[in-house]
Amino acid sequence: MTPLGKAPDVSDVPDVINRYVADFRAFAANGAGGAPSWLKEIREGAIARFAQLGFPTTKQEAWRFTSVAPIAETRFVRAPGSEVPVSESQVAPLLLRRAAGPRAVFVDGRHAPALSSRVGLPRAVEAGSLAAALQAGGGSELARAHLARHAAWRESPFAALNTAFLLDGAFVHIPAGIALEQPLELLFISTGQSLGPTVTHPRSLVVVDRGAEAAVIEHYVSLARGVYWTNAVAEVVVDDEARVEYYRVQGESRDAYHVATTHSRQGRDSYLGLHVVTLGAALARHDVHTVLDGTGAELILNGLYLLGGAQHADHHTLIEHARPHCASHEFFNGVLDERAHGVFTGRIIVRPGAQRTDSKQTNNNLLLSTEARADSQPQLEIYADDVKCTHGSTVGPLDQTALYYLRSRGLSAETAQSLLTYGFAAEILGRMRRAEVRERLDQVVRDRLESGAAARAA
Amino acid sequence: MLEIKNLHASVEGREILRGVDLTVRAGEVHAIMGPNGSGKSTLAQVLGGHPAYTVAEGSVLFEGKDLLAMKPEDRAREGVFVAFQYPVAIRGITNAYFLRSAVNAIRKHRGEEELGPVEFMDRLEDKLQVIGWDSSYLSRPVNDGFSGGEKKRNEILQMAVLEPKLAILDETDSGLDIDALKTVAHTVDKLRRPDNATVLVTHYYRILTHIAPDFVHVLSDGRIVKSGGKDLALELEEKGYDWIREGAAVA
Repeated sequence: MTPLGKAPDVSDVPDVINRYVADFRAFAANGAGGAPSWLKEIREGAIARFAQLGFPTTKQEAWRFTSVAPIAETRFVRAPGSEVPVSESQVAPLLLRRAAGPRAVFVDGRHAPALSSRVGLPRAVEAGSLAAALQAGGGSELARAHLARHAAWRESPFAALNTAFLLDGAFVHIPAGIALEQPLELLFISTGQSLGPTVTHPRSLVVVDRGAEAAVIEHYVSLARGVYWTNAVAEVVVDDEARVEYYRVQGESRDAYHVATTHSRQGRDSYLGLHVVTLGAALARHDVHTVLDGTGAELILNGLYLLGGAQHADHHTLIEHARPHCASHEFFNGVLDERAHGVFTGRIIVRPGAQRTDSKQTNNNLLLSTEARADSQPQLEIYADDVKCTHGSTVGPLDQTALYYLRSRGLSAETAQSLLTYGFAAEILGRMRRAEVRERLDQVVRDRLESGAAARAA
Repeated sequence: MLEIKNLHASVEGREILRGVDLTVRAGEVHAIMGPNGSGKSTLAQVLGGHPAYTVAEGSVLFEGKDLLAMKPEDRAREGVFVAFQYPVAIRGITNAYFLRSAVNAIRKHRGEEELGPVEFMDRLEDKLQVIGWDSSYLSRPVNDGFSGGEKKRNEILQMAVLEPKLAILDETDSGLDIDALKTVAHTVDKLRRPDNATVLVTHYYRILTHIAPDFVHVLSDGRIVKSGGKDLALELEEKGYDWIREGAAVA
């Protein structure tokens, strides 16, 4: 085994891995953004770990239903970053928030200050570039305390790769007691305007201190079609008594690959609403790992995937109850049309001593076509005796009795069908507490379902 | 208003209705009683247009039109309402949105202007009062997480809002406690008008003490074997259904 912190000799590993290791050498040699030495060490460790793990295969249990061969076999180059000019008028229609609000915009993984806005943000709040925070004196202490400390990059080759190439992304810090009035949008734009397939490794660190309140939107979009790969990692730290609504919206191009890890850690009596909306990419894999690490913490993990064409999206969630008296309610609904394939794995671990855990998980999948497919697997691991854990999942077409029920009240067969389908999505949207975000996503979902129905009718 | 002649219907290849004849005129309330498995619910579902049931023989005219040729939604738009024995939960769709969609589908069919959310809520206010509900039920998803009694009340609310010409209540009374039963009966009674009609499909006499029917029919083995006034219901309550069955076998 290669010792941590030292990259392997490139001749030890297969070609595909070699390419990434060689590219890492070039990346590190170029200064890699003048990073502090502690970060350089983490990067070295991460590339070593990636070289050990390699790309996963479908022989591995966690990847049974998702082949990443298209990613492994494509020769991606690191996106040049901020070289493609993006104008404010191009950004406006891409934002989830239409009203003017605070935002940090990233173009091909690099922060774009000219496109970002701090409007309405208290002075003490940080909401900008991770690269800048790593160079600055004050910010880097906080970054050092949290960055790569939560996301399990030692277990995941993709998180390891992101960590190795960690350069920029969002850095958000809400100091104790501050309540953000407006949602903060982190917009990651892939330009897709390069000669060949590009990859970005955007990294986000969101730290919400004790008693603070915030709504954050992590939003992925593209300017153009074209094959590119986003390999994102976000670490979200919710301190004692903090309350966070976190919206993660993936609206990449239908030709893109999107692999992501979201890792959250919650303190005592905190609340986290983690909402995941997956609409884009040809192939998407999202690992969500949440840790309830303080007594009385509450988590709502609420996800929706709407897929069509030949889209494939795999959500792999792990909720870890590490302390007693915590509640986690997980709901994922999938609407799958045409030849789309949705995969959901919901693992819940109740650690010894995490008594009075209240955990509920449901995953419902609606198949709108006979060629669509969904795989759903719950995994409960309970090591405490005084807990309440339930789970359930369904996969199937629209309920014929429900259709008849709606028609018997005067709705046409077509309206009944679209209402039932919309209801599947609306159930998830209904749990989003920020009306301004919920309503926008509601419109996005309606547009999406309508265009899907129009395609079916054509 | 409704004229059923020699109706034969089956589900999953099993014949349930074996020649039902029934005539309902405007202003009337009919009760259809009978033992379990006699075909009461099948009759209600066939009139509603449930796709699982097939009609092999017979005819049903509603205001002179061929009801069996109509899609379920067209039956509703023409003024037929079936209250379900087991109302379906619709996740993610609020009661208010569902009710307004239904009302507007019917209004559109009649050539009337569709109602906006605010206008609709105004009209809903007194209907809610009748069934003893506050508006919190409107923002809940349709029947989702509702108790058995709440689901039945919701059916009656839909009926009150849609104002059908012909309402068919499929065992709306079963599984209700006495207060809910009174509310349901009271609402049905209040909605009676000379120009509409009600068919109560029920297993029990109980509801008929609150809604006096003009006619009582006994369904047995897929046929109406006895018809009479409301006294027949009382007789059934005292004697049970066996004497009817024996009588039918003799006849």
